[in-house]
Amino acid sequence: MTDAEVRPADVVIIGAGVVGTAIARTLAGYSLDCVLADAAADVGTGTSKANTAILHTGFDAKPGSLEARLLRRGSELLRSYAAAAGIPVERTGALLVAWTPEQSAALPAIADNARRNGYHAVRPVAAAELYAREPSLGPGAVAALEIPDESIICPWTTPLAFATEAVSAGVRLLLGTSVTGVAPSGDGWHQLATTRGPLRCRWVVNAAGLGADVIDRMFGGGGGFTVRPRRGELIVFDKLARPLLSSILLPVPTARTKGVLVAPTVYGNVLLGPTAENVSDRGDLGTTAAGLRSLLDAGQRIVPRLVEEEITSSYAGLRAATEHPDYQIYADAGRRYACAGGIRSTGLSASLGIAEHVVSLLESAGLALRPRVTGLSGVFGLSGPLGVSGHSGVFGTPPVMAYIGEAGVRPYQDAGRIAADPAYGQIVCHCERVTLGEIRDAMASPLPPADLGGLRRRTRAMNGRCQGFYCAAAVSRLFASSGRADLPRAAVAVPT
Amino acid sequence: MNHTRPSGPVQVEVLVVGAGPAGLSAAAELRRLGAGPVLVADREPEPGGIPRHSWHTGYGLRDRHRLLTGPAYARALADAALAAGAEIRPGTTVTALAPAGSGIGHEVRGPLPPSIGGGGPQTPDRGGHTATMTSARGIETVHAAAVLLVTGCRERPRPARLVPGDRPTGVMTTAELQQRVYLGGERLAGRAVVVGAEHVSFSAAMTLAHSGARVVALVTEHERQQSYAAFRLGAALRWRIPVWAGCAIRRVVGRGQLAGVEVADVRTGSARFIPCQTVVFTGDWIPDHELARTAGLDMDPGTRGPAVDTMLQTSAAGVFAAGNLVHAAETADIAAVSGRHAARQIAAALDARARGRGPEPTRLPVRAEPPLRWISPNAIAARAGPPAPPLGRFVLRSWEFRRLARLQVIQDGRVLFRSRPVRLIPARPVHLGASWLSRADLAGGPVHVQLRG
Repeated sequence: MTDAEVRPADVVIIGAGVVGTAIARTLAGYSLDCVLADAAADVGTGTSKANTAILHTGFDAKPGSLEARLLRRGSELLRSYAAAAGIPVERTGALLVAWTPEQSAALPAIADNARRNGYHAVRPVAAAELYAREPSLGPGAVAALEIPDESIICPWTTPLAFATEAVSAGVRLLLGTSVTGVAPSGDGWHQLATTRGPLRCRWVVNAAGLGADVIDRMFGGGGGFTVRPRRGELIVFDKLARPLLSSILLPVPTARTKGVLVAPTVYGNVLLGPTAENVSDRGDLGTTAAGLRSLLDAGQRIVPRLVEEEITSSYAGLRAATEHPDYQIYADAGRRYACAGGIRSTGLSASLGIAEHVVSLLESAGLALRPRVTGLSGVFGLSGPLGVSGHSGVFGTPPVMAYIGEAGVRPYQDAGRIAADPAYGQIVCHCERVTLGEIRDAMASPLPPADLGGLRRRTRAMNGRCQGFYCAAAVSRLFASSGRADLPRAAVAVPT
Repeated sequence: MNHTRPSGPVQVEVLVVGAGPAGLSAAAELRRLGAGPVLVADREPEPGGIPRHSWHTGYGLRDRHRLLTGPAYARALADAALAAGAEIRPGTTVTALAPAGSGIGHEVRGPLPPSIGGGGPQTPDRGGHTATMTSARGIETVHAAAVLLVTGCRERPRPARLVPGDRPTGVMTTAELQQRVYLGGERLAGRAVVVGAEHVSFSAAMTLAHSGARVVALVTEHERQQSYAAFRLGAALRWRIPVWAGCAIRRVVGRGQLAGVEVADVRTGSARFIPCQTVVFTGDWIPDHELARTAGLDMDPGTRGPAVDTMLQTSAAGVFAAGNLVHAAETADIAAVSGRHAARQIAAALDARARGRGPEPTRLPVRAEPPLRWISPNAIAARAGPPAPPLGRFVLRSWEFRRLARLQVIQDGRVLFRSRPVRLIPARPVHLGASWLSRADLAGGPVHVQLRG
């Protein structure tokens, strides 16, 4: 590590997933010296990158739970943040479909649950209206509930935006840095042992996702939880399947799982999944023949024509579930430590709410929060604690991220941008229509990708139906040359 | 939202979408036949299509009557098209296609694709089609009296084949492999497994061998390989590559980098782990039909390309399709011949339109029945003296191996044709002559092609 990296910090946040990056950008609004550390080579590579990519309203959360509260708050914050940062979001709405009389009978209780969570826009939909809205829906649906504010979101841009904002505000991002232990401290400092050397800090925030219980035990294990990873396999269908549905199609949940959904993605594909399977291996992201088969069977029932379309991709994600039904978030003033664990399947939607909550717990535990007066991304007028909880997520101007959604205008569609810079007219990845200009920009961004996977998450390159048949070799070469060597324009100024 | 340049649409007689063997051959032929401006748009940086990165010989046999390597063949085709006066625009993606006057001078966005003949106000007297193109030059609108779609085909990648397991690097298709090795100069070390045992699979094995990898095996679910015996023998002798028939890849293993694949016997289910650093999924072709589908053309459920009649005209008058978009995948020279055929039909159709001759012909569907997988073309242009398909024959694919299969052509219970015994091999073409076309009742029901007995 460089001197700057080993400089003692006020706060070290362990885990640069969507929750850790959200906490980092929230803390970055205060005069604190923060470090954001992650074992992986990029931000958002764990559960944050492989999920159903839905921005939930929280209508189905357990009323009174912490999850319900933070989900509601977080989803509200994220909606406005996404709009400002250029994170792709589409308010498609969801239809929760009942396929049997028993399921139909369960709908009023679900609607009631939503109202108890403070969400009142849920509305019953009769079968005739359901089929009018979703003509490709399989036969046999009897009724539905409409949840008009359920939305789809880009799960990759979100943690990237948080991390970009945090880094721009001075947070030190240490990637490839796994925390392996903590030395006993009596002098007001924690001494963290990491795979890249020791790190000294006053406070530690645990946002380690699937590893949150391991970190928690290093700090006394006050959370009293064990991560029990639950694997979800998902199938991504070709963009040509996108016209088959307009809303997110949800099943009636059971006690064990929310069930298999069919949802559009912000990239213009259709997602089918997830399965729910408890696994012991925290690194087991493999798909299984049985899992994929069960998804196709479910897809065949929900939208029969879906399974006639080509499959673009399949993947698995691990939810950081625990033995408890709720989030495991607490602060330990004595240990100068806060934990955000057990963030099961709603972390993306709740991230900014979780961050706000964690920061207020830290303040109550004694962390001095002084609003940052100036900052690279800070807007003075918006800085500082606001609202009853003591802190608002709104303290600065979100960074403007490269837009990779289908709903807005992409560079290849933008005559003005191409005229100003022809690299935006040179499509490299044909299936996703990613241009040379976008790849160059990603390589020159404040958080450049560490590998091709990172480039895929920043640009969509190689994510399409051909899976690299046409462009993988060219994109790999561009990555190897940092997107610069072959470019028609000279090196782009990199903000440092 | 109109992103088009103020300079107005580019006017051409024929827009050819795709500069592979079919598109370049069609462009040259159209110009030779006296067509007006012909614009060939291709999204890759160089024209030539797949042969650009296929460095083995064997190209050009049926169309240029000599043997060339892929890149030499690609250059020869591009040179011929240019010499004939066609304009080739590489690095240019056609993002939308719609009938002229349908109000679509720019790409239509939103959940539903623009539909041919429906939607916006029509200007019937103008005719033709309007396309939107993106390139470094900007976003342009092209108006063409006729359009030829020759967008080719691709190999199904691993996810589309539902092969479960991890998602490591080192998993690719033949085209990616060849671009890495022949266009990018990459070296591959270690062991490799090739999935498939058809022509292209042996081509992948050769590329792997050239790149420094050791090919452990060609793995096919079929009971035997499907290429020429000579290829098989050559591979066995020169590189000692075995073909594991009746085997399937059950699982891909490796976190980060590929560690190996689990190969299972299809019948017994017994599996073993084969360590390797590269696995190449070959063959299993699917047409690149995105533009055809978003333009609202009728698709053929067998070929999965646009349905075309013997003129290679699609369901939209004035829009033609040829090459491996309508028969994925035939060899490059067959694609070229198909492109030339389409060019002649386009020239004839434009000529007929110029003379103000009657309505477009209706179509009589031709359907292949299992175990036949598809037939191309899959309709007959229903007019007096129906035009024959390219090379005077239909091409078919089979799902299964059959030694002595007899094809028969039936319409409304009437046998139009019975073939001599033919051999069916999956992934290999079977041909059906077109002599029976004159016996078909152009006002009758669909024509069925099936196996006898």
